Amino acid sequence: MAKLTIDDLKKIKEKVHKEMSLRDGDRRVKVTVHMGTCGIASGAKEVMDTLMEEIETAAVHDVVVTTSGCMGLCSREPLVTVEMLNSDPIKYEYVNPNKMRQIFKRHILAGEIQTPFVLAKGSESIK
Amino acid sequence: MLSLAAHILDIVENSVRASATLIEILIEEDTNDDCLTIEIIDNGHGMDEKTLKKVRDPFYTTKTVRRVGLGLPLLAEAAERSGGTLRMESIENTGTRIKATFGLRHLDRQPLGDIVGTLIILIVANIHIDFFYKHRHNDRQFEMDTRVIRKEIEDVPINHPEIIKYIRGVIEEGLSEIGSEA
Repeated sequence: MAKLTIDDLKKIKEKVHKEMSLRDGDRRVKVTVHMGTCGIASGAKEVMDTLMEEIETAAVHDVVVTTSGCMGLCSREPLVTVEMLNSDPIKYEYVNPNKMRQIFKRHILAGEIQTPFVLAKGSESIK
Repeated sequence: MLSLAAHILDIVENSVRASATLIEILIEEDTNDDCLTIEIIDNGHGMDEKTLKKVRDPFYTTKTVRRVGLGLPLLAEAAERSGGTLRMESIENTGTRIKATFGLRHLDRQPLGDIVGTLIILIVANIHIDFFYKHRHNDRQFEMDTRVIRKEIEDVPINHPEIIKYIRGVIEEGLSEIGSEA
């Protein structure tokens, strides 16, 4: 493959600009992978990698991914919070790549909460 | 922690919580000196001297949700296990510099691991923070600066899948060119 240059970046920008005008850029879902020391040590990075792969494969543009620190439930890590627009956030516990794929396909895309993996509903307060 | 990349992912979280806007990640591999250095420099709010002395203590944390803080103690342990050290400098309201050294060929040094994936996660998850990554292997080195990328892409968000794919490609290319041995 030819070396990637700043010119390639310019081409990507122009392509993305064209596509952006064709769709509305609304954010429908926010997914947070908890990545404190405890999360990382128990596999949160692999969960995050899987989530980003799934988003790329499904070519969805309304899912935002972010990370957060530890919220004090280190023994239940990796934790993932799925926040759909206009509904309470759902926290999943002991997530691994397989569970992440299921949560992505069934909850994030189809809207069905995956009850067996749920830790809680609602937001935590982190200080 | 199974890899040094996991430590980096973890320690950078401290910089994020310190409201840094620029985080530098510098890796140096010196075959002759048998030394691997990882430096993380941020422009966050820093720590006073008293706090800086306490951060190696696993029972010290600024959080209230739990009573332990293992990020830096684990990194210190990983460095010392391979014959290296962990040094920290911090100036309040200016920033913090963390420097860990490792024995490059030491049997107990963790592998560097998935540094590309780690950088991608950091960029995607912290779109308002700039990252400067420099990796040197003996006389060859590679740099990636999100400030340069941001300037080019103008209003396209840096976490757009196409941009991320480009950044991933650039880092993979750079790393294979310098022939990292870590």
